[in-house]
Amino acid sequence: MGMQFEELGYEVVGHTLVVYLPRELDHHSSLSLKQDTEQIMDETYINKIIFDFTNTSFMDSSGIGAVLGRYKRISTVGGRIGVYGVSPRVDRLLRLAGMYKIITMYETKEQALKA
Amino acid sequence: MDKNLEQLKIAGEHMKLEIESRSHNEEFARVVIAVFMARLDPTIEEIEDVKTAVSEAVTNAVIHGYGGGEGTIYIEARTFQQELTLSVRDKGIGIEDVEKAMEPLYTSVPGGERSGMGFSFMEAFMDSIEVISKPGEGTTIHMKKTMGQPPFR
Repeated sequence: MGMQFEELGYEVVGHTLVVYLPRELDHHSSLSLKQDTEQIMDETYINKIIFDFTNTSFMDSSGIGAVLGRYKRISTVGGRIGVYGVSPRVDRLLRLAGMYKIITMYETKEQALKA
Repeated sequence: MDKNLEQLKIAGEHMKLEIESRSHNEEFARVVIAVFMARLDPTIEEIEDVKTAVSEAVTNAVIHGYGGGEGTIYIEARTFQQELTLSVRDKGIGIEDVEKAMEPLYTSVPGGERSGMGFSFMEAFMDSIEVISKPGEGTTIHMKKTMGQPPFR
């Protein structure tokens, strides 16, 4: 336990924030995700967030909430949210929660950055 | 499967787990249940479904039941033939209006960080769910799932 935090990472490319999500995206790991992204967005102008789900094998509704929370903030500046590396399981959860109404899925990081 | 395990599967098995109400125990609880249910020969998808449901129920106890404070979460699981029965109980603040709490997108927590999909996911991934709660007396969530059924789509 506790390994999951080591996998959570961030990269700012221009005005885009890439969030490398942990293996288990639940309430616990979402707590630091919220803190970190809020801090980055306070310091830097960000108008696009891209979530990398490549390493994420588990997600629950707290993960949905974490994406929603970021959407609420970035939509105030007209920003957008993209995801890539989505497994069939994560895709099923995102679909079930109706998330594709507000986020866009890409095949690769490059595509997500270009869009 | 050896003969001894086959007999246990028919007779059923039972486990209890008591954990402190902390966010890092959400993963602990779902991993324990995943190992316990493995003896029912579930598919990967069935394991993932149950892990998600357990995570939702334990997270509800941590965030809503105990409000992020101290408390104990009581988890019980039973196998009988192909069926897994689960309960997650807290002795926290309870839910005033269970029907409302179970509505999709409903959340009692302000701040936009909760999706309000917890009960919806439990309903989607388990065969049945029953929520028993009384304000001031805590909440018990009972769930069931039979392995080897066509998966939910």
